[in-house]
Amino acid sequence: MNKITKCQQLSENEFDIWVEAPRIANKGLPGQFLIVRADEFSERIPLTIVDTNKKEGTIQLIFQVIGKSTAKLATLQAGDTIADVSGPLGVAADIKQYGTVLLVGGGVGIAALYPIVKGLKEAGNRVITILGAKTAELVILQDECRAVSDELIIMTDDGTLGRKGLVTNAMEEVYTRETIDQTWAIGPSMMMKFCTAVASDHDVPVFVSLNPIMIDGTGMCGGCRVTVADSIKFACVDGPEFLGTEVNWDEFIQRMKQYQTEETDSLTMYQKEQMAHGETK
Amino acid sequence: MARRSREQTAIREQEPSIRKTNFEEVCLGYNLEEGQLEAARCLQCKNAPCIEKCPVMIDIPGFILAIRDGDMAEASEVLSKYTNLPAICGRVCPQEKQCESVCKLGLAKNFEPVAIGKLERLVADWALENEQAVAKRTEPVIGKVAVIGSGPSGLTVAGDLAKEGFDVTVYEALHAPGGVLTYGIPEFRLPKRIVQKEIASIEKLGVTIETNAVIGKTITMDEIMAEFDACYLSVGAGAPNFMGIPGTSLNGVYSSSEYLTRINLMHGYQFPRYDTPTKHSKKVVVIGGGNVAMDAARSAKRLGADEVSVVYRRSLEELPARIEEYHHSVEEDIQYNWLTNPVEYLSNGKGELSGVKCVKMALGEPDESGRRRPVVIPGSEFTIEADTVIEAIGQGSNQVLLSTFPELTLNKWGYVEADSATGATSVPGVFAGGDIVTGAATVILAMGAGKVAAKSMAEYVKEKKQFSPVS
Repeated sequence: MNKITKCQQLSENEFDIWVEAPRIANKGLPGQFLIVRADEFSERIPLTIVDTNKKEGTIQLIFQVIGKSTAKLATLQAGDTIADVSGPLGVAADIKQYGTVLLVGGGVGIAALYPIVKGLKEAGNRVITILGAKTAELVILQDECRAVSDELIIMTDDGTLGRKGLVTNAMEEVYTRETIDQTWAIGPSMMMKFCTAVASDHDVPVFVSLNPIMIDGTGMCGGCRVTVADSIKFACVDGPEFLGTEVNWDEFIQRMKQYQTEETDSLTMYQKEQMAHGETK
Repeated sequence: MARRSREQTAIREQEPSIRKTNFEEVCLGYNLEEGQLEAARCLQCKNAPCIEKCPVMIDIPGFILAIRDGDMAEASEVLSKYTNLPAICGRVCPQEKQCESVCKLGLAKNFEPVAIGKLERLVADWALENEQAVAKRTEPVIGKVAVIGSGPSGLTVAGDLAKEGFDVTVYEALHAPGGVLTYGIPEFRLPKRIVQKEIASIEKLGVTIETNAVIGKTITMDEIMAEFDACYLSVGAGAPNFMGIPGTSLNGVYSSSEYLTRINLMHGYQFPRYDTPTKHSKKVVVIGGGNVAMDAARSAKRLGADEVSVVYRRSLEELPARIEEYHHSVEEDIQYNWLTNPVEYLSNGKGELSGVKCVKMALGEPDESGRRRPVVIPGSEFTIEADTVIEAIGQGSNQVLLSTFPELTLNKWGYVEADSATGATSVPGVFAGGDIVTGAATVILAMGAGKVAAKSMAEYVKEKKQFSPVS
């Protein structure tokens, strides 16, 4: 179990791996996530299930190296084993027939958006997808998203792919030209906050997928608590999907920063060790 | 015969000034000689009241007699008839409320009771070091049972049923088994190598433990029911309660579950060797008065906090924590604010905790638990400066599994309804015990429930097999 069957580097810091996990492959639904621990010293980190292959009993994960835990995962090759993979966790996305849906993904959040795009298309919706990233090489899963969307719009900050601008600019245009029944926005918290504002300006309900700090991922610690509609919710068991308009964004963004110092120190120390290790080879 | 000492044989402990800087075990335990000295204090009562007061009814005079005679193998044999986790119970049971509370020696004027827990621990530690592994049973398998949750209750059922000749699989949601023994109770009270060894000795009986299996998610209850002859639910009471006062979402506010899980399960105290971070807190306030509050406060001190204080709404007299742990905490410079309750967490303006606003309480009339109910003294507000606050105000039932199993009858608090004499639930073949039935209680009560359930599960499966023989 947990053997990596395939891996590829998508960009400088983004990696795509397939892992043997037959039970999760069988049960995982769009919107659900896993808790992954690279080795016995590692943290437990949440990663979304991007895709599943029931026949082969494998699941796809895409992650961006932002700290020590993801840096460690990035060193793993096909044939290596991940110490712990637990899931599927969280409540699945609310996939059903809405009519026309607009899906917005930013950066590595596209990985979490893709299974929902696919699910909504299979459920018979007309699907419009907006993908956004800083630059061309960070627009992941383009072909996959295109294959399950009726229309695909790409936005980059530097204009190296699609149009130059923010995903919210593209959202405004779509809302202005046609009626959207439901929107999803998944990406950096600041992006989700602004997408929520744009969607609610146009009276379109919007789901977001929150990615707070988690430890167990099964509702036993409350580390991932968020304020939704003025009450405490645990993103790991009550979410990760919530209505964007009900999320207390400022608080959520603040809580994401809790371990910034420790995380930076930990990564720097790891990179130094890796370099020292490399030099002695 | 020499006169019995009035006092218990002294136990060796780490010095408070040293131990408050490390996570090593505080109590160092008896050696054989000290154990024999203590064992000689036992009166060997005919109708020993200590047995009645032990939730798993260990033959206490029996194993103590063997210690006195220096026959540790015999002492261990006696213990193993009754308990699967003696090294753990010897350490964490509130003996002062159980076996030791009715010790006849202790009831004599000016005498301390026999140190039963310390003696149990001595035998168990000896056994973990010296005993050969029990060979895996090869007799025909009576039936297959699943145990959901690998805490003390589940491990007890697993051990007992494996000894009876059942094929037992334990499913654990986390990456390491043990439940609260692993993620909750800190190293300085219960070393994890002891927990691992004790779990390994249960695996040697032929029990399979599968980690990273979240029942209700990874495997459904339908699948469990289809594959096994019976199942035991022992998922504990692991959903943290928050008081819900203003400021709960500030950075620096933790549930005790999160704080202790980071430290114990994830080895946060060994950051950055282990990757899960803990904060370098300076001033810590712990809310609550149970064992969990003591554990959190003493852990915070060991992580290097300058000041750690406990805020408790009642007084020392009502403190639910073990008195030994309270004394240990005082020796380690933990401060106490009795009759105090938090009303708000204050922010430094950057989303971080800066202080805890509290009120003073007075004790009023006794409530339904018989303890005097604390009432707020008007105008008594004051603030304790703090960068970290840990709420240890109790846990509720985790709904992850229960929400996927609507057939199961729950009580009004969300716990599973189970017959206390058999552990049977509303669903045939499904038994339950431990904190998921009683709400947060003690390790030994969870084990006691496991003993009861194991017996009736064995009967249930045998009866079922008689009517529908395996083809």
